[in-house]
Amino acid sequence: MNYLNQFFFAYFPYVALGIFVIGSALRYDRDQYSWKADSSQLLSKKGMRVGSNLFHIGIIFLFFGHFVGLLTPQWVYHPFMSPGFKQVMAMTAGGVFGTLCLIGLVMLLNRRLTNPRIRATSHFADIMILVVLLVQLLLGLITIPYSAQHLDGSSMIALANWAQHVVTFRSGAAEFIIHEAWVFKLHLVLGMSIFVLFPFTRLVHIWSVPVQYLTRSNYQIVRKRF
Amino acid sequence: MKIRAQIGMVLNLDKCIGCHTCSVTCKNVWTSRQGVEYAWFNNVESKPGIGYPHDWENQDRWNGGWISKGGKLKPKMGGKFRLLAKIFSNPDLPEIDDYYEPFTFNYAHLQNAPEMTAPPVARPHSMITGELMEKPEMGPNWEEILGGEFEKRSKDYNFKDVEKQIYGEFENTFMMYLPRLCEHCLNPSCVASCPSGAIYKREEDGIVLIDQDKCRGWRMCISGCPYKKIYFNWQSGKSEKCIFCYPRIESGEPTVCAETCVGRIRSLGVILYDADKIEEMANMSDEKDLYQAQLDMFMDPNDPEVIAQARKDGVPDSWLEAAKNSPVYKMAIDWKVAFPLHPEYRTLPMVWYVPPLSPIQNAISQGKIEDTSVLPEIKSLRIPVKYLANMLTAGDETPIVYALERMLAMRKFQRAKRVDNETLTEVLEAVGMSEHMVEDMYRIMALAAYEDRYVIPSNHREYAGDSPFDNELAFDTKSSCGFSFGNGCATGESKLGLFGTKTHGNTMSGKVRNENI
Repeated sequence: MNYLNQFFFAYFPYVALGIFVIGSALRYDRDQYSWKADSSQLLSKKGMRVGSNLFHIGIIFLFFGHFVGLLTPQWVYHPFMSPGFKQVMAMTAGGVFGTLCLIGLVMLLNRRLTNPRIRATSHFADIMILVVLLVQLLLGLITIPYSAQHLDGSSMIALANWAQHVVTFRSGAAEFIIHEAWVFKLHLVLGMSIFVLFPFTRLVHIWSVPVQYLTRSNYQIVRKRF
Repeated sequence: MKIRAQIGMVLNLDKCIGCHTCSVTCKNVWTSRQGVEYAWFNNVESKPGIGYPHDWENQDRWNGGWISKGGKLKPKMGGKFRLLAKIFSNPDLPEIDDYYEPFTFNYAHLQNAPEMTAPPVARPHSMITGELMEKPEMGPNWEEILGGEFEKRSKDYNFKDVEKQIYGEFENTFMMYLPRLCEHCLNPSCVASCPSGAIYKREEDGIVLIDQDKCRGWRMCISGCPYKKIYFNWQSGKSEKCIFCYPRIESGEPTVCAETCVGRIRSLGVILYDADKIEEMANMSDEKDLYQAQLDMFMDPNDPEVIAQARKDGVPDSWLEAAKNSPVYKMAIDWKVAFPLHPEYRTLPMVWYVPPLSPIQNAISQGKIEDTSVLPEIKSLRIPVKYLANMLTAGDETPIVYALERMLAMRKFQRAKRVDNETLTEVLEAVGMSEHMVEDMYRIMALAAYEDRYVIPSNHREYAGDSPFDNELAFDTKSSCGFSFGNGCATGESKLGLFGTKTHGNTMSGKVRNENI
């Protein structure tokens, strides 16, 4: 048990991050023609408007919620926010956006599996990544009642410590996790696994969020040959 | 002033016979691949009709092109934030059924069918799902030669402000062909709406292209283009469009659609324009001024000042020479017989159209009244002028009438000259043309010899950068793969691709995807 804990929470994060970064770079460099959002809206728009919007809005908030929540050092928010308050805030926001995301995700998965056109043009990876995201989302939502059992923020601080130790290459990260509930552990392991799957699925389009469009000075683009 | 050159095209609709050779040759060369079976970089529509895809001209529905709002020009889809807000689900995106679900017939069944009492039939199957389709519901030219009820076809956007009911009657009906391709606009709204910046206009010849590596498939360009001439490849997940056969243009050859046109309706030539004026001219407050505004952007290739400035801006001499003989310049600017398609979209399109003449349908033509006028009344042509004006000049009838009169005059003059051996100078005077001009017009528009139709300078050495003639590149490029998708010579396809493989094999082979019938 201790070995597994060490493997998944001390070594696996680096394996996952390594595959995530190097895999993405390789795909971008070697096979950019495959780098795309892979929208299927052209073939069928039914269920896209609600499903895709809910899913994306939900998951973007969840992503940034996790990012900020896990990686903000305690001393930054401590002066004006107690850990307990932060935990309740995280549970509420996570619950709301998790539910939105869940509705959207179920709609998209249903569309992908039952719409004949979408099914015929789906890769294995398209269906697989939706299922993985669904399981991950459900695990995330199940953590809420577990968190509700102790509202002092101790569990949240342990998880944040783990994440901060991992990204700053400090040893002993796995120690923080060992006493956490099973559902947190599963959620973490599957979360890291999504980083592993990332370069091999359509998720790569996340790298290409077109924010530069907003700062493009001119609408028109003219290319010179030389 | 910043002078740029562009290869423009003019299509003389007066001579189009609607044979679809342009569409078929284009399809065979560029879009006979999986994912773009439904896409026709060039298609020919029978007008009046709603066209392909459904109702494409109606920008209240599709939100393509630009609008001028509060003195500012912005895409009709919305500014940058609003456009990005549509990225998860684009409400302005046509569905494939608005084009048509690509299908093939189950030809194998004709050979493999067991003994039956009735002869076997090849039924249509979807190329996407492989499922049997009860019947195709739409195609790239569903309204061929006025196919379908008038009720549906009369939704044509060009009937705006036309009392259209009478044209549903058999005696008053009219039709024309409209071959369409990418307009290679001066102010392309596809470029403007691409969030990735993957679409660009080439400086040297104005061809608008999509960088297939940079395209991320956000599908905004499809809505942005008011002509619906960008197609989403459902297999590769990227957008594709007419490339104006740039490999041919670069070597001085006409595009495939033009080369194979049996009616000799297409002309290609250089146009010089002032690139600094684009925004101002596309932003005219009155839509009817847009046609004239675009004309004002074009520069006279014989003006020494223009030539000097063009040289300074890097336009090669061979291009300046070609611009002087450009048939496009003559038809669009000298004679004013060619017009942009839907200038009100504010994209400043560069594929122009000569409006078609049509039979004169009044008492004169029936011989009941003697024709005393020099030219017949243009209003008595079978195709309503307002309809043509809605299509070509944002509803302004004056330039259309002027062009049709000049074409009629040319016809009458040449007929009198050749059949009756007379010189009808009064016909020319009525439309303000000289004899020299009408002969030139006759040569370019009626005779339309190959070298008069296509005046395309080959791409210039200065544009080529490192070329095979430079250095070791000659050895490097020898026996290499040429044009391919994917990464260099690799097609990006392998049976066990880590980054995703294709879901469909060759859909254009005539084989049904599911073998069960």
